[in-house]
Amino acid sequence: MSEPTHDSTSTSLDVPPSEEGLLESLEHMDAAERAEHDAAVSASVAPARDFAVAQGETLLAVDGLTVRFGGLTALDDVTFDVKRGEILGLIGPNGAGKTTCFNIMTGVYRPTAGDVRLEGQSLARMKRYRIIQAGVARTFQNIRLFGAMTALENVVVGTDARHRTSVPGALLRLPRHRREERDAVEKAMALLEFVGIADRAADKATALPYGYQRRLEIARALATEPKLLCLDEPAAGFSATEKDALSELILKIRDDGYTVVIVEHDMRVVLGVTDRLVVLDFGRKIADGLPDEVRRDPAVISAYLGGAVEDAPAGAGEEDA
Amino acid sequence: MRTRFATVSHWWNRQSRPVQWAYMVPVVLFLLALPVLNPPIITTEPYTDFPISLFNAAVFALIAIGLNVVIGQAGLLDLGYVGFFAIGAYTAALLSSPDSELGVRYPWLVIVPIAMVVTMISGVILGTPTLRLRGDYLAIVTLGFGEIVRLLADNVDPLRGNRGFQNIARPGGEFADGTPIFSQTDALGFYWLAVIIIVIVLLFMGNLERSRVGRAWIAVREDEDAAELSGVPTYRFKIWAFAIGAAVGGLSGTLFAAQVGYVNNQRFDVTTSILYLAAVVLGGQGNKVGVIVGAFIVSYIPDRFQFEPQYRFLVFGIALIVLMIFRPQGLLGMRQHLLTYGRQAYQKLFGARAAVAPSGLSASSRARGDLPEAVPDDHAGTSPRGGGE
Repeated sequence: MSEPTHDSTSTSLDVPPSEEGLLESLEHMDAAERAEHDAAVSASVAPARDFAVAQGETLLAVDGLTVRFGGLTALDDVTFDVKRGEILGLIGPNGAGKTTCFNIMTGVYRPTAGDVRLEGQSLARMKRYRIIQAGVARTFQNIRLFGAMTALENVVVGTDARHRTSVPGALLRLPRHRREERDAVEKAMALLEFVGIADRAADKATALPYGYQRRLEIARALATEPKLLCLDEPAAGFSATEKDALSELILKIRDDGYTVVIVEHDMRVVLGVTDRLVVLDFGRKIADGLPDEVRRDPAVISAYLGGAVEDAPAGAGEEDA
Repeated sequence: MRTRFATVSHWWNRQSRPVQWAYMVPVVLFLLALPVLNPPIITTEPYTDFPISLFNAAVFALIAIGLNVVIGQAGLLDLGYVGFFAIGAYTAALLSSPDSELGVRYPWLVIVPIAMVVTMISGVILGTPTLRLRGDYLAIVTLGFGEIVRLLADNVDPLRGNRGFQNIARPGGEFADGTPIFSQTDALGFYWLAVIIIVIVLLFMGNLERSRVGRAWIAVREDEDAAELSGVPTYRFKIWAFAIGAAVGGLSGTLFAAQVGYVNNQRFDVTTSILYLAAVVLGGQGNKVGVIVGAFIVSYIPDRFQFEPQYRFLVFGIALIVLMIFRPQGLLGMRQHLLTYGRQAYQKLFGARAAVAPSGLSASSRARGDLPEAVPDDHAGTSPRGGGE
């Protein structure tokens, strides 16, 4: 497996000591110990980060995507790009097709027309788990953890995407199995720490507080070593404080080299973290641009507030972030 | 009752592996000695020969362990499991009985791996088309599979229907006094063999459970879509669950055929499948020890109390209903340890927090490894969390 690129220069390492949910043991460390510890955590969390590739190049291309369920057109010729290293917000009123878009990107649905390509590779016909292995991970609008497993086990399931142990190998505990298991547990612990819930690693997922469950989903998704992380309404049901903490986490994830697409209704979170926005309404893209531009876009305003602007100009341009 | 189980299991999980082994060895030795001791009250004599009764219970337990993989761990409702048992038994018959048209007489030890491979293949053949189905649909198709196997045994000429096969091979070996260890009349040797096979199978099952395989199964059971969208090749692991469950079923079939020495089409009906299912559900799905207890109850109680066969189903029907009301998770609830190095990881975590939060501690100890562990964990002292190797 990929040897972690021990790159401790990442900007996300300075975890403030007051960060909620950190291991209590952290408090007993002095500054030097903690820096070392954080570097180790970070190296485990993001071994797949790829600094060789320039940021801003297209990672995921959604191209003319159309999805129909019977007579209902959920997505209608939607085209946008996700650039490497950005946080892209996918927003729109209820029923605009945001989650459908996610479901296409992760293979839950198949597109009626159009294509989704990750680094040029079409995902439209790929098996779901292959898509995950190709590097797209997601969380769910309604939390979907494995309730009977501990938090740690949940995350280790995510690492399965990178495991190569065969069934006979596991049966006989061959060396690769032992190595992968050991790495998986270490990595999963590091991820739990990264998202701030390591203190509850041994608890059953169902026993965790709601906010922890959301973070656990993120940890499980990160365990698949994705290139692209899709967060489906991660702030749903959160208090203002929790939303701030989540925003911080999302930024931290981006800074660790992941690309993030986020579907979210909460504008404070969206405007707080996203580099760029794509706005959907009734299955069509109505705007695409920097958050400040999109906010002032009349088509967007009318979509959110209701209004007479019919058939808004499709897209506010194809500019990059 | 629940709390007592929880206390015992809590205490058990706090013990280190060597201590657990130190407790397990005498228990296994006691089980091995049970038919020789033939204790009053527990014994099924004079109605049923006690070693035979115990042997039947052990075969039942082996079946339950195999079925537990499919139902308890992967959550796939298989109502045709008796089909695999039948395939194992018939494979043994065809390869060793003089009645067989194949005309070969392989020794039992050769038959066992062949039968396991044959049943595994039949599990894959059954699973490949059907495991795209879920829930009730899968149950119906597997029910059909069990019936197909039985009807084949009824109607395909080389399988001899009701006439069956005589003189199926049994393992060799003699006691010091010259009597054979494995014989039809004295099931003592077969019982010992069955217990040893169960222990070996449990070791392997434990290995699988604490690997990506076991985790994939549990993930499929908990939420198949989420599992697949977390990168788990769910379909492949479901087929593995079927194949491994089938192989254990086939193994128990050969064991049964060897002891009885005779196989015909009378033992492989749907109700038998349902009894297997009852054993798993009664003992506790997803709990290896639980399903053994369940199998023992389902097999031993009728022998001990001399039920008429028709009352057997009445009693277990009532027992299951009562159980579902008061203890839906089975006598022993679900228990799983899904990480090879989970014990160390949790210990490290709670070692760092030293005696903080007793509730957390109990949760962790519940989640730690239990018996049986095939290979001692050899990296107990690896450095704390951190990158790479």
